[in-house]
Amino acid sequence: MYMENTEHRTVVLKFDQVSFSYPGVDVLTSTSFHVHEGEFIALVGPNGAGKSTILRLILGLETPMGGSISLFDRSVEETRNRIGYVPQYAKYDFSFPISVFEVVRMGRLGTWQSRYSSEDRDQVMKALTLMDIDHLEKRPFNALSGGQRRRVLVARALAGKPSLLLMDEPTANMDAQSERNFYDALERIKGKVTVLIVTHDTSYVSVLTDRVLCAADKGCDGHIGKVVQHPLTIVEEGIGHMKKAKVLHEKELDHTCDALQEATDD
Amino acid sequence: MIDFLSALMSPSMPFVRNALIAGLLSSVLFGVLGTVITVRRIGSLAGAISHAVLGGIGIAILLSSRNIVSLPPIAGALIFAIIAALIIAFVALKAKQREDTVINAIWAIGMSIGVVSMAKSPTYADPLSYLFGNILLIGSSDLILLAFLDVVILILLWKFYPQIEATSFDEEFARVRGINSQLVFILILIITAVAIVLLQTFVGIVMVIAMLTLPSGTAGFSAKNMLTMMGLATLYSAVFSAGGLVIGWQLDIPTGATVVLLSGAVFLAFSAVASRRRKKDDSRT
Repeated sequence: MYMENTEHRTVVLKFDQVSFSYPGVDVLTSTSFHVHEGEFIALVGPNGAGKSTILRLILGLETPMGGSISLFDRSVEETRNRIGYVPQYAKYDFSFPISVFEVVRMGRLGTWQSRYSSEDRDQVMKALTLMDIDHLEKRPFNALSGGQRRRVLVARALAGKPSLLLMDEPTANMDAQSERNFYDALERIKGKVTVLIVTHDTSYVSVLTDRVLCAADKGCDGHIGKVVQHPLTIVEEGIGHMKKAKVLHEKELDHTCDALQEATDD
Repeated sequence: MIDFLSALMSPSMPFVRNALIAGLLSSVLFGVLGTVITVRRIGSLAGAISHAVLGGIGIAILLSSRNIVSLPPIAGALIFAIIAALIIAFVALKAKQREDTVINAIWAIGMSIGVVSMAKSPTYADPLSYLFGNILLIGSSDLILLAFLDVVILILLWKFYPQIEATSFDEEFARVRGINSQLVFILILIITAVAIVLLQTFVGIVMVIAMLTLPSGTAGFSAKNMLTMMGLATLYSAVFSAGGLVIGWQLDIPTGATVVLLSGAVFLAFSAVASRRRKKDDSRT
């Protein structure tokens, strides 16, 4: 859990007064937060709080209407190739013929690249080993369990040797054992890569988490469309057969949203 | 009537040989483009483009027969196909909620323009002949055009296979990797439109859309990746084309429709086997 002082660590991602809205719906209003190098961040919030929009903004798939986003001190477009992205797997067509190796290999793809090199193959095998799925290399992607597929998608993101790993709901609908395997795999990369995990579970996060950022919902007056930092309690055991950290929201802290420390003040 | 093999060898019947070569050459286009269309699930888009082509053919026949503008049917088809592809691309990318309606509208309006234009043309033109075509009317210049398009498609595949695979599997991830997924989609639709125009002049609109979906659909039951699916679909397409030609010749029935029926029968047989196998697997678990 996050205990160390992050004051002097390099900031790799910075949202500065960012605003974004879809037609008729304000999603983010002057939101600011930042992430340090090597941190393991959980971005939590209920559905519709703007978590996925934040990911899309970081990836440059959406453009902010106000404020600025810097990634490694440069614009998102310039540094996007340093991001490893793990989307929600539910979008995939499971009749698509493709092997695990081929999915992970996509993480090495360049804009005009016609062929994959032996270096690409080595990095793919390293990523598969890191996620402990190298034995699944030749298996069809659609023959895997949900948990295995998630690990394949993380391996795909890692194959590109990213500096920042973004994951959208990586453990949604995963059984307890798969979730444990998944976080065991993430533990092996903790500290080596900056990690930002988006999850709708606002109560508990992985014990690997250094800081929790909460995309506030309408129930949190004064913080609609904002991202605020919440503290974590000590580890609780036995929840879903794995250790988890409890996120302390205002009700647990017994004070109002006004007392919550905004990530910008950090 | 002489049997197919004798007709194939007969110097006085070059059209039989041309038909067989055309079937084999078009198999590459059907196999490669058909796989991309199938895995991307854009069969209805290709269907709309191929049927809109009839509008272009009809207008070209009408304008030429009334001596307004001399426009060969293939030029009219090409103009309509590219316009249809661009409209469909725009709607698919920008206004997804109207996608179905617009695709069906292009399909129906294109065909209707074709039928009305042909009806108003002083020279006789039968819309049915454009729907089913006649592979036995293919000349050697057509074969050169087909071979040229095969080479273009294979070069594009050789250069851009990783990008085609990535954008087809996960469009958003491909964008994050710096690939312009929207441009790839538009180019796939335009190339499909051009291929449809050339192919429909030989085999007809109905056979084009059937052969862009059935061989690749059949290949999809056993292919392990997109590349093997393309190879298998090309092989199936060649077998169906040649088989349909032989059966059509022997039984004296239209070859285009015979090829479609043969492809459809094999696809349905593969579907039945796959469904049975799935049920067996499910009952075991």
